[in-house]
Amino acid sequence: MAEKNITEITDENFKNEILESPTPALVDFWAAWCGPCRAIAPVVEELATQFQGQVKIGKLNVDENPKTPGQYGIRAIPTLILFKNGTVVEQITGAVSKSTLENAIKKTL
Amino acid sequence: MEKSLYDLIIVGGGPAGLTAGLYAQRSRVKTLLIERLIPGGQILTTDWVDNYPGFPEGISGFDLMDKMRRQTERFELPIVSDECLSLSFEGPEKVITGAQGVYGTKALIIASGATHKKLGAPGEELLGGKGVSYCATCDGPFFREQDVAVVGGGDTAVQEALYLTRFVKKIYLIHRRDQLRATRILQERALAHPHIQPLWNAVVELIQGTEQVEAIKVKKVDGSPGEILPVQGVFVFVGIQPTTEWLKGTLPLDTQGFIQTNGEMETNIPGIFAAGDCRQKRFRQVSTAVGDGATAVFSAERYLETL
Repeated sequence: MAEKNITEITDENFKNEILESPTPALVDFWAAWCGPCRAIAPVVEELATQFQGQVKIGKLNVDENPKTPGQYGIRAIPTLILFKNGTVVEQITGAVSKSTLENAIKKTL
Repeated sequence: MEKSLYDLIIVGGGPAGLTAGLYAQRSRVKTLLIERLIPGGQILTTDWVDNYPGFPEGISGFDLMDKMRRQTERFELPIVSDECLSLSFEGPEKVITGAQGVYGTKALIIASGATHKKLGAPGEELLGGKGVSYCATCDGPFFREQDVAVVGGGDTAVQEALYLTRFVKKIYLIHRRDQLRATRILQERALAHPHIQPLWNAVVELIQGTEQVEAIKVKKVDGSPGEILPVQGVFVFVGIQPTTEWLKGTLPLDTQGFIQTNGEMETNIPGIFAAGDCRQKRFRQVSTAVGDGATAVFSAERYLETL
């Protein structure tokens, strides 16, 4: 169910979906080989449901889309970046708790 | 406060917590396990585990924990996703306040585990996620054909350094002593590896870089002048700190925050037990955590019988 509220982000649609998003947007940079990425996946799904309509939540697979993580200097995953009006508001690395992400999101609303 | 709902609550879903959950369910104790993220714990990020019995070919940390979780699922262990924020007692009842809810229980097993320690070197915070890493299996592939430093000398540091040899060109293994503390077989592999260069009696003084890690400054523990190593990554494995912040002031912790127990996993508060890496003890392995978890349940059951 929750997966429905998550947008798949690619190098191609990143600008359109995230930078030009009318709402704040949170992107989860992840890869299949990363344990902590799998650990926070359910948290990201919950946030997508909770903030539906208020914040766009997307996931970008860094293996398939190397360009965007390169642009943001990402060398660790999971990294979650919160964008507002095309600029980075907050960058969080590692498997953090739901409340940490929630607080970051609430600050931008 | 809410009325006690459970006979036993287990905090933490690593090897200790899942083992406790398995034993408790099989004893028909009304149990709840609370986990902050998904079950698994620190071993989730270890690429390969060769010292957990029962897997003759070894097993990845992720698969091992997936199997442990599925084993608890078979006995229908209830697991909730929440972060514990504080603990209080009201008579024999223990109450946990989480970010999402409040949970009452008669007996409590704390298996909240630990997280990696930081180096404390200037530049570490600023360059976190930009070359400074605490997880080789997560971040190793970002450093293909580059030079990196691995800091530490224990099992984790050496195992992760060996893992990184798949990707990187050269590894400086920086350790503050003159020999590694890791298991002998890991030491032998690392010291024989052509891409791993150990730097003994050395500590990282500074991590340099603006947008990305560019170099580290290493100094010798005897005070002799250090050197600057051009590296693009720094992988830090210098020990752990227990996830026990939420217990401060309510449970006896040692100076580093580990929970003090006896050999039966009992704390000095009746009905509260600790198991695994958050407990004050000498050796922290998946196999010892599993033993702690089982012992804690037997002790908890004995306690419940006295009520």
